[in-house]
Amino acid sequence: MLLRFSLVVLAAGALAFGQGRIGRPAPEEKIKAINITTMSTGAGLPEGKGTAAGGKSVYKEKCETCHNEKLEGRTGQYPALVGGKGSLNTSKPVRTVGSYWPYATTVFDYIRRSMPYDQPGSLSNDETYALVALILNANGIIGENDEMNKDSLPKVKMPNAGNFVPDARPDVKAKR
Amino acid sequence: MKNDPSRRKILSMGAGLATLTACTSKQEAPSQVGAALSPYGNRSPHETAKRLPPPADSKTPATGGSRTPLQDSYGTITPSSLHFERHHAGIPDIDPARHELLIHGLVEQPLVYSLEDLKRFPATTRVHFVECSGNGGAEYTAAPGATAQVSHGLASCSEWTGVPVKLLLAEAKLKPEAKWVVAEGGDACKLARSIPLAKLMDDAMIVYAQNGEAIRPEQGYPMRLLLPGWEGNSNVKWVRRLHATAEPAQTTHETAYYTDLMPDGKSRQFSFELETKSVITRPSGGQKLTGGQGDYEITGLAWSGRGKITRVEISLDGGKTWKDAELTQPIHAKAFTRFRMPWSWDGAAVTMQSRASDDTGYTQVSQDELAAARGRNYRYHNNGIKVWYIQSDGSVSHVAQV
Repeated sequence: MLLRFSLVVLAAGALAFGQGRIGRPAPEEKIKAINITTMSTGAGLPEGKGTAAGGKSVYKEKCETCHNEKLEGRTGQYPALVGGKGSLNTSKPVRTVGSYWPYATTVFDYIRRSMPYDQPGSLSNDETYALVALILNANGIIGENDEMNKDSLPKVKMPNAGNFVPDARPDVKAKR
Repeated sequence: MKNDPSRRKILSMGAGLATLTACTSKQEAPSQVGAALSPYGNRSPHETAKRLPPPADSKTPATGGSRTPLQDSYGTITPSSLHFERHHAGIPDIDPARHELLIHGLVEQPLVYSLEDLKRFPATTRVHFVECSGNGGAEYTAAPGATAQVSHGLASCSEWTGVPVKLLLAEAKLKPEAKWVVAEGGDACKLARSIPLAKLMDDAMIVYAQNGEAIRPEQGYPMRLLLPGWEGNSNVKWVRRLHATAEPAQTTHETAYYTDLMPDGKSRQFSFELETKSVITRPSGGQKLTGGQGDYEITGLAWSGRGKITRVEISLDGGKTWKDAELTQPIHAKAFTRFRMPWSWDGAAVTMQSRASDDTGYTQVSQDELAAARGRNYRYHNNGIKVWYIQSDGSVSHVAQV
């Protein structure tokens, strides 16, 4: 009845703005197809599994050209994946997965969403878990045969976890 | 002689110097019909201001930054074609007819929007700067930027048009547990950042237009997230997904990068706001006072991610005394503000700097004061005072002795 009343008081063809909705319901398949959010709790991690030992061949094929055979990276845009332990409070900090990253789930998320640089999205979930395991193992965080999957990965304790603090600015006041 | 008006010349800028010879012959009245009308205009071929993209032989030419030539800028709007770039996996070629923005997660009704859907909302138009939080990252170091483009060029200012994000979230109806939104881009690396919900319910927009036309591909065509005053990386370009969550996702770009390492080894995280900043753009590093002693205008840009610029002061004696510069009106919040001060140069060496204040009462401090509080591993969010040194020959440098 309300709708009919509106039609009467407004000019022909006009409805009161804001009564309806412009967005269209998102089909569940659409959400499933593009939702790759991975939370640090592990929510969003897919099925699949891998170990450092199993990741060696994938690394050689898909990662080594840029990140080098020892995961040390190359100059410029290809960061090191290992090293930097104990360097964060020195004048030459080296920020790597091992020395800096606070969550192991971020490694999975980043590889799944962005790597390899020239073919993102081309790795299977098993390959991705294996590469995560390989990088964590190279940093001495897990064993060579420790299996990474959606349950074990969020439980991995990263060495630099707990060293991230909230923004404290404005932290400097001008003297006049 | 120094007061002879005929000897006064405007400043030659970097690009202008190179073409000085060609421009000095006297202009004759045109005797021929000029060029034909055209569907999409170009600047004069005599104008050469340009961004600085990575070198052509870079192994990853699609990743990195290109800086706005602030020293060649006028007013407060950056031409879209000179807006700085920072990409992590190149510029995607997106057909707007095939692009959708998905809103899902902790909402009652997941929704999708096409570009045409967004244009059905009442549009909001505002002027805002966008700045990479890495802008000025080298200013703490032994090698500060030699030109305004190198030191401050990862910042640009545009008029943006789009839809407030809160209108979209209202349609999807957030659940009470929703506290963050993970925004994801449609580029090859699917760049993702977690944004506190409060910002999205405040002044955040999904923008589809920039400076009177569709947003440029480099800036997120067909749509980007705009978070006025917040670090550029969180203004996700080519945005395709807003995922409402209870917690931040802890993506790479909010953990491994865009976090600030303190001397004790701890890192500040989710440091979104860009603090008050300014830079003198003319005369600035790499330029030269070509007219000898006499009158010049000192001008530059100031901005704050927290509000409006209220004051810019200029010192010409190494920071001992400061004078107020004139601020060009209108002053928009979280936008470039142009400042100016007339000045007569006596030909002696000058140490010149600007410091800006905003309407929260914050005033810029020196690089040394920043470093004393934060150390020198703090590679993002550098808003310290920029100093230029005018030599007695009129050349301007970023270092005291050249």
